[in-house]
Amino acid sequence: MTTYHVLGFTASVVGVAAVFLIARLVGGPTMADRAVALDTMNTFVVCLMILLSAYFDSVVMVDIAIVYAALSFVGTMFIARYLEGGL
Amino acid sequence: MYVFVVSFLMYVLLVWSGGTIPAVEIGIGLFVAIVAALLFRAWKPDRHWHLRGLNPIRWFWFLYYIFGPFAKGLLTANIDVAKRVITGEIRPGIVKVNPGLTNDLSKTLLADSITLTPGTLTVDIDDDGNYYVHWIYVTDENPTGEDIYGPFGLWARRLAE
Amino acid sequence: MAVLVVILFVAICLFFNLLGVVSLFRFPDVYTRLHGATKCTTFGTLFAAFAVIAHSVARYFATGEVRFLVLIIHTLVAAGALLVTNATGAHALARASHRSGIMPAQAVVDRLEERESEKGGATA
Repeated sequence: MTTYHVLGFTASVVGVAAVFLIARLVGGPTMADRAVALDTMNTFVVCLMILLSAYFDSVVMVDIAIVYAALSFVGTMFIARYLEGGL
Repeated sequence: MYVFVVSFLMYVLLVWSGGTIPAVEIGIGLFVAIVAALLFRAWKPDRHWHLRGLNPIRWFWFLYYIFGPFAKGLLTANIDVAKRVITGEIRPGIVKVNPGLTNDLSKTLLADSITLTPGTLTVDIDDDGNYYVHWIYVTDENPTGEDIYGPFGLWARRLAE
Repeated sequence: MAVLVVILFVAICLFFNLLGVVSLFRFPDVYTRLHGATKCTTFGTLFAAFAVIAHSVARYFATGEVRFLVLIIHTLVAAGALLVTNATGAHALARASHRSGIMPAQAVVDRLEERESEKGGATA
């Protein structure tokens, strides 16, 4: 067992955990709950990208993770503005 | 100045892939950093070009803060939240606290520190500098700043004012 | 040796990430969910980054290839970006949900609501 196997296994578990969040994303009673679930899912995707980039030995995927974190932050901000009614 | 240096260093750091950096990359980095600095200046015209943000002593204290008190707060916060998730023992409420900070940077630093430390989440900041903090286990309905964020108020004042 | 360190970091990462998922289903309202979702997943992802860094350090000393050093730097930048954006995003979501009229469930005290009703009373 090498560190590659450990990282690959972790990535798969994080991916499955992100799938569970879809339940809250669809069934959240209010819009804010859905936004929170989406935000959590974005964090999980960044986590997944970091782990998979080590698994596949490619630095480019970490760059994509940085850009994804920034863009998901902008997306969260826009959802928040929309919920406030400022958009 | 601060924006220029930080964006240039970040570009060079991200472009480095072993060995030397080609001159054309340095040129692109300089161009991008100049554009970023000019955009920042157009956005906040009242800011002056000063070197205060580049003081290495401040950066040292900032790194010390991140790896010392902040990391410790993050750890205790997570153990605390983990306990609450498992036992389900909550007593939430939104309390008001005024740390008396004036600077935008220090306010942001303190709000982020509050959000990532035990049991608290910043909800809103009004114009008078009052923080409205969601507290997951309210022990006191009119808390002092110390109850909410411990030493982080002093740190924010020291690092960013 | 490196495998044990990576397993330790990865175990902490998985524990807190799964706890973040559980907190989304267990807590009663959006604010307490934000507590769980923000803190636990940020901490978990930070430890995923640490696991990748430990892995890269071990690979660097095993192979001597410089791209593992690049991987360390980029992972640190990603973790730092996540640390800042997650806290700020949680703050924005909390404020937005309070302004859109969602009150905290089971709350013992709500000073923000008091201030908003004061302001509403003054203008009305």
